[in-house]
Amino acid sequence: MIKHQVNILPNEVKVDGKALKVKSCGSTMLTDLYREYVGDYPKFFKMDTLSKVGFIASELLLNAEGDRNFEPREDRAVIFFNRNASLQADTHYQSTIQNPENFFPSPAAFVYTLPNIVTGEIAIRNKYFGETSFMVIDDFDEKIIRKNLENAFQDPVTKSIIGGWVDCSDEEHFEADIFLMEND
Amino acid sequence: MIVCVSHNIISPLGSTSAENYAAVKSGKSALRKYDGLWGLPEPFVASLIDRKSYEDDRYTIDERIVIDSVSKALEGTDIDIKSEKVLFIISTTKGNVFLLDENEHGYPKERVRLGMMARQITKHFGNSNEPIVVSNACISGVCAQIEAMRYLESGDYDYVIVSGVDVQSAFIVSGFQSFKALSPDECKPFDANRCGLNLGDAAATIIYTRKDEVDENEWVACRGAIRNDANHISGPSRVGEGSYRALRAVLGDNKASELAFINAHGTATPYNDEMESIAIERVGLSSVPVNSLKGYYGHTMGAAGVLETILSMQAVDDHNILATRGFDTLGVTHHLEVSNQNRSTEKRAFIKLLSGFGGCNAALLMAKGGLQ
Repeated sequence: MIKHQVNILPNEVKVDGKALKVKSCGSTMLTDLYREYVGDYPKFFKMDTLSKVGFIASELLLNAEGDRNFEPREDRAVIFFNRNASLQADTHYQSTIQNPENFFPSPAAFVYTLPNIVTGEIAIRNKYFGETSFMVIDDFDEKIIRKNLENAFQDPVTKSIIGGWVDCSDEEHFEADIFLMEND
Repeated sequence: MIVCVSHNIISPLGSTSAENYAAVKSGKSALRKYDGLWGLPEPFVASLIDRKSYEDDRYTIDERIVIDSVSKALEGTDIDIKSEKVLFIISTTKGNVFLLDENEHGYPKERVRLGMMARQITKHFGNSNEPIVVSNACISGVCAQIEAMRYLESGDYDYVIVSGVDVQSAFIVSGFQSFKALSPDECKPFDANRCGLNLGDAAATIIYTRKDEVDENEWVACRGAIRNDANHISGPSRVGEGSYRALRAVLGDNKASELAFINAHGTATPYNDEMESIAIERVGLSSVPVNSLKGYYGHTMGAAGVLETILSMQAVDDHNILATRGFDTLGVTHHLEVSNQNRSTEKRAFIKLLSGFGGCNAALLMAKGGLQ
């Protein structure tokens, strides 16, 4: 059963179908959302775009759920899908090694070249010791995603899932369609 | 029950599971030192496939070795690979990432997308289901098997083809070098002098199906679990939290005495191996033999969980606990039963353990003939 849902596009944000007022768009909008709805988690500024989008979407989702006590828990999973994996971070990292005369690979850039880092960021923020997973399909397909998340409840510890679609092709182009799902 | 029907490994040590097992059992390693390869300024030690023998105008090397691995795994089975009841799950961390290099012109750039890479593979076999790509850092190969178990349990598919692959490139090697995670020599899992990992190329495939009854020689994927450390995106938990919880979940009511061994991640980085020793002790499995296969293949990333599960099944079939190549003196703070010699066993189950960036950890309990 879907309890809450968050949708983010570069110029539009919806929580449970209701539009939030946004004055900016793209990467600036993500920063504005952070300042207005989060504010106390400066690690946000180190994240790649995929992690920022997933993090902001999860914060809005959990604010909608309410009663945020940050108590450690194992019964909530974080499972995302997308199309471009970590393409924005990959392209950025590639630019640091493309030119042999200007070769400066950075560990801070490299760590984000894995799409599942966003699930780890959300687990760290909320002290979720449960399942975290990231999968890629070449086109958004609600049926595939729903079926997969329902399957995840086969783990007897998992009682709820933050799941859905979090995609990003570059710093200004991204999309989140995530929800909080409980086992019924 | 979820049963292994067939498997294959393609690596520098061979292109069948049997060749790979024989090579590892005899102590062979494909780790070599490379200096100046791909224009990288620093030398590195890795286990690399001979790229020339897999050259193909249509398929990248990742795609080619997965196609070969799946084809070989299908030999001798009567699976209708084109059937809508067959699902492909591909496990990879970086896939065709080399295509991002501006000097690469051999293949369409869109194949850098993991889903597009996976579609080349399913198209080759004439299977029209959308392939699922699991990209969960270094634990992907076990996660892909757990996904396969779930899809089969749900009854939607009769067979799931799990294929793990990664092929090394300047992108990956320079990244691990920037992390100072690579050993300048052959890696030394769990050893006092370990100082980092080696990377490796491989593709490995397991085909799973669901059966109500199994015979005593069939391998059953009994339980899998994925848990997060909720601690740090690039370093493991100091108390092995996620690995401990994953191990606890797959062990269930089963006893340490039922396990032939734990095939650990054992990358030979100081932090990973130490963390695993803590997690294994916390869950009460310190008496169980532990091994790592990284000294033969390096860390094969998306392939590792599949490749190491296959070799572990073959080892139990052979009543053998494979030696941890590169290990000499225990260098973790919690006791582990590690050896650099092959040891014999009569037990019929093992746990495959992995952990990765993003704080993720995964464990899988496999038992020959199912759990007693």
